Amino acid sequence: MSTARAERLVNLVLCLLSTRQYLTADRIRTIVAGYADTPSDDAFFRMFERDKAELRDLAVPLETGRNSVFDTVDGYRIARRDYELPDIDLEPDEAAAVALAARLWDSPDLAGAARGALLKLRAAGVDVHDEDSPVQPRVRAAGPAFGTLLAAVQAGRAVTFEYRRHPADAVHQRTLEPWGVVSWKGRWYVAGHDRDRAAPRCFRLSRIVGDVRAIGPAGAVRRPDGLDLLAMVGTSSWQHDDHTPSGTARLWLAAGRALGLRRRARPLGQVTLAGVPGDLVEIDMHWPDTAARWIAGHGPDAVVVEPEWLREMVLSRLTAAAGEPADEPRGDAVRAKARR
Amino acid sequence: MSSAVAHRLPRLLALVPYLLARPGIRIDEAAADFGVTDAQLRRDLELLWMCGLPGYGPGDLIDLSFDSETVTVTFDAGMNRPLRLAAAEATALVVALRALVDTPGVLDTDAVQRALAKIEAAAGMAEQAPMVVGLATREEAATATVREALDRRRALRLRYYTASRDAITDRTVDPMRLLLLEGRSYLEAWCRLAEGVRFFRLDRIEHVTLLDEASSPPAHARPTDVSAGLFRPAPDQRVAVLLLGPDAAWVAEYYPVDEVVELGNGASRVRMRYADEAWMVRLLLGLGSDVTVQEPPELAAALRQRAAAALRRSRAAGPVTFRSADLR
Repeated sequence: MSTARAERLVNLVLCLLSTRQYLTADRIRTIVAGYADTPSDDAFFRMFERDKAELRDLAVPLETGRNSVFDTVDGYRIARRDYELPDIDLEPDEAAAVALAARLWDSPDLAGAARGALLKLRAAGVDVHDEDSPVQPRVRAAGPAFGTLLAAVQAGRAVTFEYRRHPADAVHQRTLEPWGVVSWKGRWYVAGHDRDRAAPRCFRLSRIVGDVRAIGPAGAVRRPDGLDLLAMVGTSSWQHDDHTPSGTARLWLAAGRALGLRRRARPLGQVTLAGVPGDLVEIDMHWPDTAARWIAGHGPDAVVVEPEWLREMVLSRLTAAAGEPADEPRGDAVRAKARR
Repeated sequence: MSSAVAHRLPRLLALVPYLLARPGIRIDEAAADFGVTDAQLRRDLELLWMCGLPGYGPGDLIDLSFDSETVTVTFDAGMNRPLRLAAAEATALVVALRALVDTPGVLDTDAVQRALAKIEAAAGMAEQAPMVVGLATREEAATATVREALDRRRALRLRYYTASRDAITDRTVDPMRLLLLEGRSYLEAWCRLAEGVRFFRLDRIEHVTLLDEASSPPAHARPTDVSAGLFRPAPDQRVAVLLLGPDAAWVAEYYPVDEVVELGNGASRVRMRYADEAWMVRLLLGLGSDVTVQEPPELAAALRQRAAAALRRSRAAGPVTFRSADLR
């Protein structure tokens, strides 16, 4: 069955590519091998509808039209210029880049689509070798929401979904006019106009709960011109790379310990603390909370010398971890300081 | 929709132009390019040989000349070019190439740019793709040397910071590949010190030297499957049950956790695997009052002890007596 159908579909493509006239379904039934044996008109039309759908799924540009005003029904043809991949010629280093790009995707859908593209490039005479490169960029699958969101972006439809702002947050229903699906540092987001907040927003795909539903008519979403989706996601995530330090801190580090801190520190001299040999160092701080967390993590191997507010932030973490009762007034002072 | 046809038809439509561009190609070579067996490719060729233009006479059918190992198209019945890229195919390839442009020092971005321009032109791809990928790869101090070692298949001497143990070690490694994943660059290599395949984050390489020795990972060394993430559950890992306050909710997303239970008001209970107790204690110390260890008791005890020791030392150097001016 499958062989007969594949053969019939190839014959249909060859026939419609070779004609400049529109061919009616009846004419196709008469001349294209594989249709003549259908037992009834009904059976033929069902078969022909399925075949047309199959070709359209493969993006074969099936045109419908009439050859003259006297024709009573539509006919079909394939315009060669719309069907054929334009000429393309890749230098070996360009072909290597294309092969590498095709292997970027670590998800079945996107990897399959990329392989389909390579197949056609090879058929166009380009030699693209699918071999292991020493450099391997990888983007992992986006999860179940990806397909619906991408389709909604392409169709220009709004979407609605349930969302948690962080893992322990309550679920809220959100409605979004999606502008694009974005992968930034391996994490997937959808960016768009949030109807509930009446403002541009980004949502992490992994925080979407349950199914995404497309709502409203196609073409209802208009993406702003000149929009930079990557910048939108990059600036909304709190993990900036290129921020400037907000201050410096001096720490005492036990000799040969707290190596993670030492990697970022400038040594100022050897100092013995409570009989333990060590070093005085200076580090740049970017976010007070992150610095306090990092320093506290090293326990007795890292002691804050200054500033005093950082010292108190670290001490309050250590006090809590030691199971000692919190020193309330001082805890409040620390929080007030941290907020400043 | 018959999925068998959906898989086979694109190949059948691509085969004739593919063969036209490569007269006398070996059948096994063509099969490898299409990712099918020789037998399947022969079945495809036999099918195509039965297809052609209406009339289906000798001059209308696709004609192929076979011998035992090679094949040549002698009549193509008008199918001499492949079908255009479908929207999904163009998106997958163009978005990937655009992502590769942003890999300073790692890839030949000039070649990527040229390839991108040609593919965009051939695909008729709109400027605004529905999808964008930012790899956010940074060029690290070690990047150039690691690339050179891979290109020239040479071993490397590394001075490396292992965050899980907070230790710096010197080791000789046989490079296998440079993996760009989640905004970071990793060298995957056979580590002669650990006698196993290991990942080395390039931003944690303190110092790197290219050796004259060839890179020679043992034959059984295989690249790790990272499709489910870099960190996989291992049998020797322990499990902690943690109560996270709202300010520590990020932990459940940043580290692989097995289970998150919402407790209301932004608090949650998670089960988290860990291999190294010292690493886990460092994480927990830093979280302070935002976390409580429910299990295992020995982890809770280790945390309390370490915190108490830190407080003793810190208080021994109180803010009044311990001033930087005195330390000079």
